[in-house]
Amino acid sequence: MPVPVPEPVAAGADAAPAVVLRGITKRFAGIVANHDVDITVERGSVHAIVGENGAGKSTLMKTLYGMHRPDEGTITVDGSVVTLSSPADAIALGIGMVHQHFMLADNLTVLENVVLGSEPTRAGVIDLGAARRRITEISESYGLDVPADRLVEHLSVGQRQRVEILKVLYRGARILILDEPTAVLVPQEVDELFDNLRELRAEGLAVIFISHKLDEVLSVADRITVIRAGTTVATVDPADVTARDLAELMVGSELPVPELRESTVTDVVQLEVDGLTVRNADGRAVVDDLSLTIHQGEILGIAGVEGNGQAELVEAIMGMLPVEQGEVRLGGADVSGWGTRRRREAGVGYIPEDRHRHGLLLAAPLWENRMLGHQTRPPNVSSGWIDRSGARADTERIVQEYDVRTPGIDVPAAALSGGNQQKLIIGREMSGNPSVLIAAHPTRGVDVGAQGAIWEQLRAARAAGLAVLLISADLDELIGMSDRITVMLRGRLVADADPRTVTPEQLGAAMTGVGTPA
Amino acid sequence: MTARRESLRRIALTMGAAGIALVVSLLVSTVVLLLSDADPVEVFTEVVEYGQKPAQLVNMLNKGTGYYLSAIAVAIGFRMALFNIGVDGQYRLAAMLAAALGAAVSLPAPLHVLMIVVVAMAVGALWAGIAALLKVTRGVSEVISTIMLNAIAGSIVAYLLHPDRLAVSVAGSNNIGTEPLPASARVPGLRLAGTESRVFGMVIVAMLVGVGYWVLLNRTRFGFDLRATGQSPTAAIASGVDVRRMVVTTMLLSGAVAGLVGLPQLLGASYTYGLDFPAGIGFTGIAIALLGRNHPVGIALGALLWAFLEEASQILDLLEVSPEIVRIIQGTVVLSVVVVYELVRRYTISQQQRSVGEQLAAEEPAVEGARA
Repeated sequence: MPVPVPEPVAAGADAAPAVVLRGITKRFAGIVANHDVDITVERGSVHAIVGENGAGKSTLMKTLYGMHRPDEGTITVDGSVVTLSSPADAIALGIGMVHQHFMLADNLTVLENVVLGSEPTRAGVIDLGAARRRITEISESYGLDVPADRLVEHLSVGQRQRVEILKVLYRGARILILDEPTAVLVPQEVDELFDNLRELRAEGLAVIFISHKLDEVLSVADRITVIRAGTTVATVDPADVTARDLAELMVGSELPVPELRESTVTDVVQLEVDGLTVRNADGRAVVDDLSLTIHQGEILGIAGVEGNGQAELVEAIMGMLPVEQGEVRLGGADVSGWGTRRRREAGVGYIPEDRHRHGLLLAAPLWENRMLGHQTRPPNVSSGWIDRSGARADTERIVQEYDVRTPGIDVPAAALSGGNQQKLIIGREMSGNPSVLIAAHPTRGVDVGAQGAIWEQLRAARAAGLAVLLISADLDELIGMSDRITVMLRGRLVADADPRTVTPEQLGAAMTGVGTPA
Repeated sequence: MTARRESLRRIALTMGAAGIALVVSLLVSTVVLLLSDADPVEVFTEVVEYGQKPAQLVNMLNKGTGYYLSAIAVAIGFRMALFNIGVDGQYRLAAMLAAALGAAVSLPAPLHVLMIVVVAMAVGALWAGIAALLKVTRGVSEVISTIMLNAIAGSIVAYLLHPDRLAVSVAGSNNIGTEPLPASARVPGLRLAGTESRVFGMVIVAMLVGVGYWVLLNRTRFGFDLRATGQSPTAAIASGVDVRRMVVTTMLLSGAVAGLVGLPQLLGASYTYGLDFPAGIGFTGIAIALLGRNHPVGIALGALLWAFLEEASQILDLLEVSPEIVRIIQGTVVLSVVVVYELVRRYTISQQQRSVGEQLAAEEPAVEGARA
């Protein structure tokens, strides 16, 4: 729901806009990543830039941060036209960037991280006292509360992000670019971040906020610019639009909805995990005496802040990680001693969290990627020999049935967009009569069109009687696509939630261990 | 983009890249020749003419056979991102033990040769297997262990090649070597018109190894697992490949082929493993595998080019040019091939992404070509 926002503060209202981009065009090797981009960012405002993955948001921000030069168009900062040849130029003009992936040294303190690279010195010696005063001053004036002497490795994700913001402010930024800042945060941390952003705005800073989460954008932004297919299609006032309007502007069509139809859950248990314990290299139990069951025709959703053992749970079920204790049963058979290959042959389909690391051979053609993970079975292989025509024909089938947008099956997987890579993986994993599907973040980094298609495939898998384990950081997806939800915290399943009644906020609270879902 | 057009394009690009690399190294050599006061045109003409004489062609093929086997052994590892730097130690130990054992037994002709081949492959595989075991059980990098195993193999060979142990004096010289192989263990050479020299019969075995290498890698499940592991170990594990087992199998295979490297020389010319037995072919193989991009045909061309350059160096003395210039050419060829292929690879990827983008944009006018 849109929150009424105060008018931009007077200090910036009559001055020149903080940033004006006019007619920005950027091409890469013949692909137009941005064209005719027009954006005006006022001082003392939060300006959101929304668009699908691949719409050109990151390219645009790299242009503004001086990481590459635009082919056409002008950049005006505080009323004067500028040329940005490097991030150093941008920083000198008071432009700062908070990257999606934090760039902090874990073994240094907050204070050391903030001053790293621009240490104040007195007579050649680092003057930490001066730095500390500056940081305290900044933290107080912007409400950024971070313990200056704590090691970064002991900070929460939200605190780390504040350190990143502090770092940028410390270097004198008056224009802040935040690239997908909420992607790594749980709902409570998102609220804290937004409070910080409002403080920054009140102090007259310009904040450029890149996101594709529309509810967040509507609640924090003063102006919203929508980017589609590389260009700005509209700039709107959050009070005038709904999330649905924005989504339609972003996609150019309607948004798919994550939802399930009538229950297909049977009473036949297909996947059972019993007392599973996995230790990491330090001997800590990352999966701690965990048990779960999934029935045929059921989707079990696992909610949790990333890094609470979900990845290890998946890899242990797939037989990719050594298990210290516990059993994995597949249709009643104990498969704990089986290798990954045998488990896959027994009917476990796997949509990995990181498709580039675990799901694809990027340099290999699509039809070889269709064989990956299925290289012991027809139609790909017969008695040790690759069946090229069989594998190729079946790849054509997957491309057809799963709507993989590709000019052919001989292009390397790297040439496809993320969504199409994911559709190929799902088509592959649904081949060969699987009985269990492990889906880790199946719609991460894919466009809205592919997202709808992937949800449809999950529904089809469920209808076909598969037991599906769904792990996702997208709580709407998790709530919409699960028959049951369970919350994972520090390697244990700590709470169950009913997807028909639970809200993302309740789940978020349970994920951080501060509350229980309804 | 049909499969045929795509593969034709790839072949054209590959050949083009090889051509560019050759031109670059010729230019560098020209500069070096000019700096050393020689006439490049004269030198190149003489070298090419000399290399075309039948006797030199035979020498080239014979040298090339060993290089080829060595490069295939290295390439097997390369395809799985394993660096078998130990081919040198593997083939020397294998050739010496096979020579000694071959001279000690008596068997009918085909079996005798077969036994020597099998022994050499087994020794090569075992020696490489040590590095594989160290890697999968203790996590020792195969680069380090194979280099150290080279030194150890060298010392073992030197220890055994002593008159008190496996060596005898070679008649008419102060060389020592293993007992000469009897006639039944010798592989007859092939005739080439216009010269008395014979081409090693083992050249046929080398060709078979090349074909086998290609079939194994491109047509079998094992080969798919191997290539998948080389391209992405993480994806291979997720697909069910037992990577530790693959490391062991691949190293054994690489070592077995390495065991063959010394045999063309042993069974076709020297019939004994002496102090003067060619060393260093294992390292040459690394350069040639790079040159041939791990492809059996590319490696064959690389091995022949290498052998040709080495043969050609003999005439440079007559032209009063330092034969070391050949080393410079060889070095530049490898460097420029590596650089040019990397450029071509990047160009190909961006071309492919672009053409995929264009074709999709053409199919679907509603979606503009902005998806990078």
